[in-house]
Parts: sequence; structure tokens; C-alpha cells
Amino acid sequence: MKNSLYILAAFLAGILAGRLPFASVLLAHPGTGKYALYLLMLLVGMGIGADPRSLKLVRAQGVRLFLLPLATLAGTFTGVAVLAGLLEEIGLREALAVGAGFGYYSLSSILITQLHSESLGVVALLSNIIREVLTLILAPLMVIVFGKLAPIAAAGATSMDTTLPVISRVSGREFAIIALFHGILLTILVPIMVPAILRLFPGA
Amino acid sequence: MYGILLIMGTGILLGYLFRKPLKHGLLLDKWILWSIFLLLFMMGLSIGHDQLIMSSLPSLGLMALAISLSASLGSLVFALLLWHMYFKNRK
Repeated sequence: MKNSLYILAAFLAGILAGRLPFASVLLAHPGTGKYALYLLMLLVGMGIGADPRSLKLVRAQGVRLFLLPLATLAGTFTGVAVLAGLLEEIGLREALAVGAGFGYYSLSSILITQLHSESLGVVALLSNIIREVLTLILAPLMVIVFGKLAPIAAAGATSMDTTLPVISRVSGREFAIIALFHGILLTILVPIMVPAILRLFPGA
Repeated sequence: MYGILLIMGTGILLGYLFRKPLKHGLLLDKWILWSIFLLLFMMGLSIGHDQLIMSSLPSLGLMALAISLSASLGSLVFALLLWHMYFKNRK
């Protein structure tokens, strides 16, 4: 949670610096962002590979663990697809790409900024922060209305770290393992799904 | 776009091969966090500099809210279905 605030602060500091009259000097050369993203992706990949938790969990729990991440994936895409159908301001391709952030706002907004546009990057940043905050605030209500798996699904990729304490409090500690694996799997899926969606769906 | 996946795949392989030294030595999470700081600062920088995006922030914010609400609601409904179909009677 503390890191989330720092990340947001870095973004806001950037906006303020960008407002300064001499900001154009600070603006990085086009292309620098791309290489910074490559570095980040390499580091994120290394983090996943070096983390033994996911492999251990699959061995211990089996196929059942994959059901909830699958439900979250299907639910998220169904939800945003319905929205894109209702509002003509929002395109299906854009809605799916932002939805595929699954709450992992730092990586998804960076990816979308590079692969689509800065304005959709901003939408991805805000939307996925809101998803995390909604889960943190509404988790107790979600359990009552939608059952014990609900806060995990709403948390998306964040169910492995920032929202895990809340989840284990409202759903019960026995759901912490399910939440952990759910978050790890969706975290891996974000950098795969976002580029895949932007590539597979033709631009407007 | 495939380049990104290739790079992440390479990272996963490297991470797996060097999982022992990575756990002890290098502070991977710290590096990840700092590169995220840097990237988001740069993102903020060019957004703050872009008058068009700055003036459309309110509508971008509304769009973000609509997407997060529909994404969360969709996941909640599917989680409820799964709960009734599979988990409820097993625990």
C-alpha cells in the first residue's frame, strides 16, 4: 500500500514537472521509454521465475486453483465488453486492454502508453487504481453479496500483495493460498494479455 | 509487441536459472520498484506537458471509473457463480 502511494506520487510529480515552462528539456527522447519498458519487463520476468511459490502451489493444489483466475478473467472481459456495447464513447479494444490490467496499474498503464496512446495509458492507470481501491474498501460487502471468492476476483492481480491482508480477513485465512495463486497468475497474464488484445483486435 | 513477451520470457528463464542468487543477493523487487517510479514519472512528465490530455483528464477519469466498475462487477458475478458451482459444498 505504501509503495502504491509512492508510485502515484512519482506520477503526480511527473505531471507537475511537465507543467513547468522548461519541461521540454526534461522530456526524454522518444524511444527511451521503450527501452525502460524492456528493462522493466526483464526484471518482472526474473521476479516471476525466481519466485518458487507459484510452482509449489500448483503441485500442492492442482487444477482447482486455476478456476478462480479463469472466472476473474472471464468476468472482467464480459463486464467491460458489456460496457463497451452500452457506451459508444468506449471502444471494445480499448475497454478490453484496460480491463486486462486486472488492477496491476503500474505495468498496464506503462504498456498501454507504449503500445496504444498516452490518453489510454492514463485511463489504464486510473481505472486499475480504482479497481484496487474498490476492493480494499468494499471487500466486506463483496463477501456478503457475492460469496467468499468475490473479493479475490475483484482484487485481480493485486490479490497476491496489496489486497491480500483484507482478503484473508474478510474471506478467511484458508482463502489466502487461493488469493496468492490467483494474484500471481493474473500478474503473469497482464503483460501477455494487454499486448495480445491490442494486436488481435483491429484498431478503430 | 512480441518483443515484450520474448523479453519477459527470457526474464522468467533467467530468474528461474538464477533463483538462488536472486533470492539472496540482488534486490530485484527494489529494482522493479525504481524502474516503475522512473517510468511513471516520465509518463506524468509528458502528460503534464500535453495540453490536450490535461484538458481531457475529467472525461478520461470518468471512462476509467466506468471500466473499473464494470470489470469489478463482472468478476464478482463470475466469482459468485463459481462459489455456488464448485466451492460452497467442498469447504
